[in-house]
Amino acid sequence: MDTRENARLSPSRRVVLKGGLAGMLVLAFHLPARAANEPGQPPDGTENQFAPNAFIRIDHAGKTTLVMPQVEMGQGVYTAIAMILAEELDADFTQVVLEHAPPNDKLYANPVFGIQVTGNSNSIRAFWKPLRAAGAAARAMLIAAAAQQWQVDPASCTAANGMATHGASGRTIAYGDLVDAASHVPVPQNPPLKDPKDFTLIGQPLKRFDTPGKTNGKAVYGIDAMLPGMKFATVAASPVLGGKVGHVDDGAAKAVPGVQQVIVLDDLVAVVGDHMWAAKKGLDALAITWDEGANAQVSSADIWEDLRAQSLKDGAVAKSVGDVAKGLAEGDRLDAEYELPFLAHATMEPQNCTVHLTPGACEIWTGTQIMSRVQSTAAAVTELPLDKVTVHNHLIGGGFGRRLEPDMVASAVRIAQHVDGPVKVVWTREEDIQHDVYRPAYRDVISASLSGGKIVAWKYRVTGSSILARWLPPAFQNGIDIDAVDSAVDMPYDIPNFHVEYVRAEPRGVTTGFWRGVGPNNNVFAVECFMDELARKAGMDPIAFRRGMLDKNPRLQAALDLVAEKSDWGKPLPARVGRGVCAQPSFASFIATVVEAEVDEAGEVHLRRVTSAVDTGIAVNPDTIVAQLQGGLVFGLTAALFGEITIEKGRVQQSNFNDYRMLRMDEVPPIEVHVIKSGENPGGIGETGATAGPPALRNAIYAATGVALRRLPIDRAALALKKA
Amino acid sequence: MTTLRINGEEKTVAAPDDTPLLWILRDMLGMTGTKFGCGIAQCGACTVHVDGRPVRSCLLPVSAIGDRAITTIEGVGATPNGAKVQKAWLDVEVIQCGYCQSGQIMAAAALLANTPHPDDADIDAAMAGNICRCGTYVRIREAIKRAADDQS
Repeated sequence: MDTRENARLSPSRRVVLKGGLAGMLVLAFHLPARAANEPGQPPDGTENQFAPNAFIRIDHAGKTTLVMPQVEMGQGVYTAIAMILAEELDADFTQVVLEHAPPNDKLYANPVFGIQVTGNSNSIRAFWKPLRAAGAAARAMLIAAAAQQWQVDPASCTAANGMATHGASGRTIAYGDLVDAASHVPVPQNPPLKDPKDFTLIGQPLKRFDTPGKTNGKAVYGIDAMLPGMKFATVAASPVLGGKVGHVDDGAAKAVPGVQQVIVLDDLVAVVGDHMWAAKKGLDALAITWDEGANAQVSSADIWEDLRAQSLKDGAVAKSVGDVAKGLAEGDRLDAEYELPFLAHATMEPQNCTVHLTPGACEIWTGTQIMSRVQSTAAAVTELPLDKVTVHNHLIGGGFGRRLEPDMVASAVRIAQHVDGPVKVVWTREEDIQHDVYRPAYRDVISASLSGGKIVAWKYRVTGSSILARWLPPAFQNGIDIDAVDSAVDMPYDIPNFHVEYVRAEPRGVTTGFWRGVGPNNNVFAVECFMDELARKAGMDPIAFRRGMLDKNPRLQAALDLVAEKSDWGKPLPARVGRGVCAQPSFASFIATVVEAEVDEAGEVHLRRVTSAVDTGIAVNPDTIVAQLQGGLVFGLTAALFGEITIEKGRVQQSNFNDYRMLRMDEVPPIEVHVIKSGENPGGIGETGATAGPPALRNAIYAATGVALRRLPIDRAALALKKA
Repeated sequence: MTTLRINGEEKTVAAPDDTPLLWILRDMLGMTGTKFGCGIAQCGACTVHVDGRPVRSCLLPVSAIGDRAITTIEGVGATPNGAKVQKAWLDVEVIQCGYCQSGQIMAAAALLANTPHPDDADIDAAMAGNICRCGTYVRIREAIKRAADDQS
């Protein structure tokens, strides 16, 4: 499993760089030879290379290896990270090779979380300064080495495209020829960073490194790991969440040609075969009696009853400004409750993990958003020291938060403990949907009062499961889940009396997890839907109403102005067609979105057009910004139109794409994204479309029909002209 | 033993008659470009060509193939339409996570073979069986039109 990809790009894929440089990019994903590196030491295989930090290595031939601390799951982060490093390094971008980082929190931790995590749309935000500093330090060292060789002042030297230059004498030298000398230069502590006006890579819509191999079958995802002598397994956990295995009759399964083994653990059964088909047929042939346990009578109705009751209690105060009780009493008051359902992730690549256990060592092939946690999870299961657990990360066929969990690794390692040789464990789609960690169901209770066309008081209470309390317990303090109130405590509108509470309500039997859009997914929906209801009560246009309270937020105001223009806001529409808006400052990006939708007589909703305007600060790769918003909007609109996981007698009712629907080609309208030029630090982008789509669609339906939906997914019956 | 013609080469495998082509490709032949997504022909990630027609390999038993020619994502670039589609996919930068894109490209190449200049309705009809969870549909549509305009 050495070279993952080695695709030369065709001339049509030449990267257009400032100055007309165009060339052949070479992409190679090398898997590191060892999993763990000693703290403070450069990564393995750095002999005879210039390796000033954990992110950059340059060899004598000039090949520049950039180690990716964040994982590529489609969001384009490998290309963006490479651009940032190469920008400050002044690398020859045509000589850049990418490498997955190994598990190592000391070297590659996400600065926001303190561990290796790709999530919360913060890869670029969190690594913007560290990566620039890493590139700039390396550049300064290379220039110092060149200056020393030429006996000139380093300040009189410059660098570009992997070459150092002394302008006065016209001398140049390639970085590859400076490898040895630069390695002896002390690492500067505060290297000067480029002025953004001098950027040559950042801001260009460069082609991605990871896409050529994804067009010809060569890209390797975790599920594609192949090892000599490998066996294939698939699993069944209790259909009742949290249940245990009772009795297993494996007679028929073992008679299936190709079935090798039936492995019965306390909470799951695995069938191991010569290939996935044998394993799956074997699994289907098992007669399993489950000990259903405490959740056997849990149903969605009970969970919602409990959530509604909890949402009426006082919560922990997350933010309070002014006197909200007085403000509510004085103005023209409106109250509403919004409800969002459980959701599954349904990544296109089903959960999987390949494990090879040998005496004293564990080797893992998977795609994960949490490298070091995968390593520590496997170490805990096997009782091996961390450095005996090797993790090979892969391209990820959809993360969306699902691969922020190590459960598929833990179960695969437990299965591997019973298998001689390497085993690839692949979940069926049904298992994937029915044993997910689900986006929490939320209930949001809001009251506000109006005076003179503005909101004078706002009281907001979020009720739902705390993912952070399970996932990162130290982050859960004083009863507040900071993710659950994200985009609620910092909503953009200027309101003098403002109060936000959080009630932690854990659903019986259901494990919850991060889902693209995380906390803002819930809060942006409730806030922006309620804004439309308040605008209507005030007799105002929804955009004008929002704009009037955004004087302190000019970036969002500008995004609203641009989206109004680009979406033809205010122009007449046919009957039962409406436009709806969403404005959000979430993930430090300022985005305004307009959805245009039609509601037919049967209540079915047809998307006609989507327009977004985004100020995400410096857009490292503007084409990626556009792509992430386009895709995120589809993700969010899919959930708004179809998404709901329901539970009956402890069992998840949905199982595959036939009953857990996705938007398809024939249902997706044109989606226009307008990127606003900005010199601010980069904001997050990967999740922003997912949060923008649902409220904008709901508000479009409100405009088209006058029906104020307060629950997702969209209730067609409530929208039908003739009630059934 | 069964002999299959895949991307112009003969491959012999020992597989029970009911084994779907998907698992022969992936697990027996190590051709992992064709993806498993749902197992019930709902997502299109496993799309291959059988005699040029797009087929969901997750439900195609090996016994039903006979001597018909199989083309997979690893081989589709050798066909004129496959090459055009792959190029257009990169020119438009369609791809995000990429997991569904083998199936999308196979479906699009088959569409162009039948309908060299598809309109939006043709694209909807041919591509609605392929789910993209990253939501790249807008660019897929654009790339198909670009591939159709490609005179090379």
